[in-house]
Amino acid sequence: MNVKKQFKDGLITQNPVLVQLLGMCSTMAITTALFNGVGMGLSVIIILTCCNICISALRKIIPNDIRIAIYVVVIAGFVTIVDLVLKAFIPALSEALGVFIPLIVVNCIIIGRAEAFAAKNTIGASALDGIFQGLGYTMVLVIMCVIRELLGKGSFGGGMIDVTNGFKVVFDGTGSGIQIFPAQYGALVMALPVGGFLTLGCIIAFVQHMLGKGDKKEKKEDAE
Amino acid sequence: MEFAKLLDITLGAILINNFIFSQFLGICPFMGVSKKMDTAAGMGMAVIFVMGLASAICWVINKFVLVALGLAYLQTLAYILVIAALVQFVEMFLKKAVPSLYSALGIYLPLITTNCAVLGVVLLNTQNNYNFIESVVYGVTGGIGFLIAIVLFASIREKLRFADYPKAFEGFPIALVTAGLLALAFMGFSGMSIPW
Repeated sequence: MNVKKQFKDGLITQNPVLVQLLGMCSTMAITTALFNGVGMGLSVIIILTCCNICISALRKIIPNDIRIAIYVVVIAGFVTIVDLVLKAFIPALSEALGVFIPLIVVNCIIIGRAEAFAAKNTIGASALDGIFQGLGYTMVLVIMCVIRELLGKGSFGGGMIDVTNGFKVVFDGTGSGIQIFPAQYGALVMALPVGGFLTLGCIIAFVQHMLGKGDKKEKKEDAE
Repeated sequence: MEFAKLLDITLGAILINNFIFSQFLGICPFMGVSKKMDTAAGMGMAVIFVMGLASAICWVINKFVLVALGLAYLQTLAYILVIAALVQFVEMFLKKAVPSLYSALGIYLPLITTNCAVLGVVLLNTQNNYNFIESVVYGVTGGIGFLIAIVLFASIREKLRFADYPKAFEGFPIALVTAGLLALAFMGFSGMSIPW
């Protein structure tokens, strides 16, 4: 039951980006091709889960006054590991995400979850929280990528889906993506920073609208 | 030649590659403390100060400690610790030495630790192999770019209260759309370059 609630919280009702409004920078900066979004999402899931487990395990030892500094060191440690692993095994991804991989250190999602959840809950629950919150983040990244890539370049799955040699999913960033309409008709502005702001604004507005509807319905039911 | 390069960095950091509008660094404080003009200006000032100092100190640490000892892989960890310590130190120093400035910036100082523009600028300094002076110039001018962006945005946001927009866009979404339009305006600078 609790797992179900955590799942729903992470993906929808407490979605880190759409509802808690954390981690905006990377969400808007890297969502230009599906490959980047999925790669960034997976990195954050791994780092968030590991950090949550670590901090939850240490929560009784960490002195309250310097907890933020300790969180930052734990997070920076895991980020460095992921950064080096990506550089070694998926250099294309490391290049595409650039400075935003080390910048996961200051991504508010991770420090926010450490403070709000892992510091108060058991290891198991914190691990699940890390996975689900990470999934919620990844979901938003993927939605943003799909919208921006389609409108900006007229393609789908850039870097991840290769159709030149039959349909294939690749993880080295070389896939050309499926061209839905010719690239020259795409609105270039969507692939530029402007598109990031506009797309995220519209998605959050949509979610606010839907959640608002739900609230009203509940209130109505309460009144009856 | 040296001067031209510095001018190039300055123009780039303030207008062409503005930290907020084209590099997406520092969006959280940009969104969080831009509801009022004067607080936005205070935040911008604090960021200029910390970005300049952090660029200088991190350059020294990178050159004389990390690279010298072959520990370059610890960069992220070292930088974030330096920034956290620096922010704390600046806070204590200002409290003692310039209490008026401290009370003006006070609450924004601790927030800067998690401002990704600060960590971003030191990482970019390392990535671009800037020397000491270039690093400091990039840090300070990047901060000025942040200040311009946040002040412009706050002044628009103050007026937004009287605007009539769909209810679903209330709060954050309309702010994001506004920022998007500002970014569109800043795109006009993207063709600029120094001719020599």
